[in-house]
Amino acid sequence: MAATIVDTPARAAANEGAVRSPWSEFWRKFRRQKVAVAAGLFVLALVIVAVAAPWIVPYDAENFFDYDKLNATPSWQHWFGVDALGRDIFSRILMGARISLAAGFASVAVGALFGTLLGLAAGYYEGWWDRVIMRACDVLFAFPGILLAIGIVAILGGGMANVIVAVAIFSIPTFARLVRGNTLALKHLTFIEAARSIGASDWTIIARHIFPGTISAVVVYFSLRIGTSIITAASLSFLGMGAQPPTPEWGAMLDAARSEMLTAPHAAIFPALAIFVTVLAFNLLGDGLRDALDPKIERQ
Amino acid sequence: MLQYIARRLLGLAPTLLIVGLLVFLFVHLLPGDPARLAAGPDATPQTVELVRKDLGLDRSLPEQFVRFLNGVVHWDFGTSLRTKRQVSTEIADRFMPTFWLTLWSMVWSVTIGMAIGVLSAVWRNRWPDRVGMTLAVSGISFPAFALGMVLMQVFSVQLGWLPTVGADSWRHYILPSLTLGAAVAAIMARFTRSSFVDILGDDYIRTARAKGLDEPRVVVKHAMRNALIPVVTMMGLQFGFLLGGSIVVEKVFNWPGLGRLLVDAVDMRDYPVIQALVLLFSLEFILINLVVDVLYGVINPVIRYR
Repeated sequence: MAATIVDTPARAAANEGAVRSPWSEFWRKFRRQKVAVAAGLFVLALVIVAVAAPWIVPYDAENFFDYDKLNATPSWQHWFGVDALGRDIFSRILMGARISLAAGFASVAVGALFGTLLGLAAGYYEGWWDRVIMRACDVLFAFPGILLAIGIVAILGGGMANVIVAVAIFSIPTFARLVRGNTLALKHLTFIEAARSIGASDWTIIARHIFPGTISAVVVYFSLRIGTSIITAASLSFLGMGAQPPTPEWGAMLDAARSEMLTAPHAAIFPALAIFVTVLAFNLLGDGLRDALDPKIERQ
Repeated sequence: MLQYIARRLLGLAPTLLIVGLLVFLFVHLLPGDPARLAAGPDATPQTVELVRKDLGLDRSLPEQFVRFLNGVVHWDFGTSLRTKRQVSTEIADRFMPTFWLTLWSMVWSVTIGMAIGVLSAVWRNRWPDRVGMTLAVSGISFPAFALGMVLMQVFSVQLGWLPTVGADSWRHYILPSLTLGAAVAAIMARFTRSSFVDILGDDYIRTARAKGLDEPRVVVKHAMRNALIPVVTMMGLQFGFLLGGSIVVEKVFNWPGLGRLLVDAVDMRDYPVIQALVLLFSLEFILINLVVDVLYGVINPVIRYR
């Protein structure tokens, strides 16, 4: 019989093979949330489909016209049916995933990058920097998001590239505020003081000691923000200011389907579902990430 | 309290000025010559020059800015390039439908949203919570224009219960305000829930329970006041969301409001209208946030006296 092993915490940790790193701790908590894991897998699948779309679509999304089947309902030949011009809706949805994901990801990435840099600068240096940056954010906040986007599109002209710029600009202040708050909280902690006392430069302190502390908040917000951005980009296309026909953008497809609602409701239902399911997945993923990364959640 | 309001009003001045400056510069950021835009595509160079003089575009930028501010103060935004009517009249005609639509959406969505949030927090991880939060996460994921189209298809076209477009009677308000408020209700529900869950774990709530208060009284009398503080802020932010959302919803329901006016103006590059509307929307948003800040002070004395 094996000797009784006293299960001290230290030994338990050793038995698990390694000390728990922040990464494994995150994974342990995230894994428990089945819905978020499923949403994450769905997002992954969606990204793969979006990247591979040009090779896997059954028909050309813009230039294939099946004139015998105008407004035809879903069938084995056309899984999601055919639109008023005879185009295969399934192919258009797949190609649209490319546009929506790219728009959502690119705009939030740009917004997060600039917002994080500004937030770090504002929080770390405080004083004059802080006032200028936060005042600029207040002004941006003074415009409701989509209004700001419409204003920018009115200046730059329509089109998906300008929509991405517009959505990116109004993502900046939210990230800046978030990161600034975290930076302010971190910079007075002892380990930052220690780093400064051994002569670390501002750059080292920000990049190696403060920035890692803000990552989890940024990651959570990133995921939630992609959902919002996809909706905003689709809304602008729906208003006729984003992607122009015949581009298979989901919002633009819905706009085009509006006049055919009586005869071909499926032409509206599938793009609407595509937006809903995609945004839902990002939101569920974001919720899961937050629950796994936020220490406050533990006690609930 | 008055002092607090005065301080907040003063704090607005720089933001207002910068917003005004941005909206003013907007015309000059547009690609192309604004005088040319105003004169129309077939105008001769002489006409363009006349129009430029008429609009005051030949003066220096600071001078133009002062004229612009002066106009704004006197509620004069020039004439619409599209309809040749005063921009202020165009806006006055369209203001009320948007105002009522936004207000009704806000009222129902905040009430329902907060109710769902409180119920979810009280019955955390039980079925009311799961149903409420599933609804809420769906609500923030469904784009307003798609929801509007679905509602119209089902209730107006298939069932024939409600009118499709226009704003003539209270029945016309039901579907647009449902569409516009859905996302706000969802956000309010999620936010209220997390705020209540935080508070319900606090020591003073345990004390209230320990001294034998029944649960409704603990929730309503003790938790409510503290939990509402972040919720009220959120409510203010959602107004901006509604103002923006109304632009999309008005297109779906062909609503005779400001949002559709803005979309048409952008299509036609009718810049005096765009300028006036962007300014108006921002002003509304800023004022609402001021009201929220004041409310905040009413609920939370700590903020008032800082």
